[in-house]
Amino acid sequence: MDITQLKKKSLEYRKTLIEIIYNSNAGHTAGSLSCIDIINVLYNDVLDITPDNFNSYDRNRYIQSKGHSVEALYTVLCDKGFFEKKDLDTLNNFDSHFIGHPTRKVNGIEHNTGALGHGLSVAVGMALAYKMEAKPFKVFALLGDGELSEGSIWEACTTASKYQLDNLVVIIDRNNLQISGDTELINPIEPLDEKFEAFGFSVKKINGHDMASLKENLSAKPVTENKPSVFIANTIKGKGISFMENIVSWHHRVPTKNEYKLVIDELNLEIDKNNG
Amino acid sequence: MGNQIGKANLEVFAETLLQEAKLNNNIVAVTSDSRGSGKLVPFGEQLPYQLIEVGIAEQNLVGVCAGLSAVGKKVFGVSPSSFLTARSLEQIKNDIAYSNQPVVLVGISAGISYGKLGATHHSIHDFAVLRAINNISIVSPADNFETSEVIKKSLDYDKPLFIRYGKKPTLNLHKEGQKFEIGKAIVVNQGDEIVFIATGETVQRAYLASQILKKDGLNATVISMHTIKPFDKETFLEAVSNAKVLISIEEHSIYGGLGEMCASIISQEKININFKILGIPDEYMINGSQSEVLDHYDMAPHKISNLAKALISK
Repeated sequence: MDITQLKKKSLEYRKTLIEIIYNSNAGHTAGSLSCIDIINVLYNDVLDITPDNFNSYDRNRYIQSKGHSVEALYTVLCDKGFFEKKDLDTLNNFDSHFIGHPTRKVNGIEHNTGALGHGLSVAVGMALAYKMEAKPFKVFALLGDGELSEGSIWEACTTASKYQLDNLVVIIDRNNLQISGDTELINPIEPLDEKFEAFGFSVKKINGHDMASLKENLSAKPVTENKPSVFIANTIKGKGISFMENIVSWHHRVPTKNEYKLVIDELNLEIDKNNG
Repeated sequence: MGNQIGKANLEVFAETLLQEAKLNNNIVAVTSDSRGSGKLVPFGEQLPYQLIEVGIAEQNLVGVCAGLSAVGKKVFGVSPSSFLTARSLEQIKNDIAYSNQPVVLVGISAGISYGKLGATHHSIHDFAVLRAINNISIVSPADNFETSEVIKKSLDYDKPLFIRYGKKPTLNLHKEGQKFEIGKAIVVNQGDEIVFIATGETVQRAYLASQILKKDGLNATVISMHTIKPFDKETFLEAVSNAKVLISIEEHSIYGGLGEMCASIISQEKININFKILGIPDEYMINGSQSEVLDHYDMAPHKISNLAKALISK
């Protein structure tokens, strides 16, 4: 997909994810906005995971370890045809499969996540299985930055490095905020690049909202031979909505009616500009 | 098979898995520096590409098992039960059970098999915590036959499964031609008014207690409830419906295990029976070998038989 189309998709996705959060009166708004561009590029340009090949073993995989940003993932999966919008509109309803964290009850979800620090080990297991079978498929795992305080993440890194999983691509949604505030004040995780390098990863910092950069970097195969790779994607929590950007409280705040109108107006303006 | 002392279930597990894995290269064992304690050194030497070693990292072990399984491998995650079912409990809950990955988690040296190494290494909680987790079956084989059978049956089991056993040689309890099915208890001896229900390595203790009672003219039923979940209520009810005494025996806390499962059924089905739960009480545990500790907590065969006699005369 070309850059203009990807940009257009991102704006539409932002509208949808805020719409479903607003209508269901729950969700992780700002974290979904920080990673939506990454998920957009993955599903529209990199992964080649479709409703037709989803039940096949012979394909790439995507694990969203930061499961709370599920509204971003549901939005993209809906656009890719995994389910209909009317089903997504049941988000958070009684007896809906569309709950606040990814579940395999929803078509297109690879693995149940929500408790942090789990996804990378699962992705390592998947990447190992493909290596054992000499299959050319890659496994992508999206991690939050606050999540990196979980020790299990670093356990998984040691195995990824030991088995030289160059078919494993880790993406860190480095938006610098977690639920209680600045990641470096809560429990410092920097220097991230040096940490991952020390754990045997090929490390690259990228702009997590730059479509061209995401497209180019996430498509590299492999990034470095015999090494797992990590992209530290610098992002902005709440990206794309002026009054949400870098504001901690939007971690899981739901817009009021007036705020929702402002969101839609702001995004419509951007869509017009993008089309113009 | 007769009542000869067999091998340690640990050894039978390792031999069976190796044998099966040689025939099926889709089988993968994942260890957390536990290949030695899991008797999987020959497996690692003979099938190096079917053994994944993650080091001392049990949480990672369980997650990696889930990932391998999701891409079609038949996975056996092998780690001491104490660490596997406590440190990585959330991974078991989310990545295996909730995610419905048909991984076989093997808790080695379970219960108080580590004896004198102390409480850090005991797993007298594993039934209780895993019973409270949806969508995982729990099997605790009694002897070599049950161990070998559960491993073979686990290959086609399409749900999450936890198996735990100890590391001391066990008495062979079953007759030739005995069938084994996950979820179906085995009646080792059919008796009448006294019922012993046990699981894992305490079944042999129940059996020996029944042998003692035979000398007094009492014929006790002995049930090997190898599957703790799903619980074979049918076999249980059949055994207790006309009995006067029920004693449950388990190498586990008296909370949340076999005994409390029996208590729950008895009370809800309004069965009138003299019932006693034997297991590890809630106290600072005494130090000793597995055998010494089980004897201490009233699970010596002669103590079990004496208790049965006391209860039958009530």
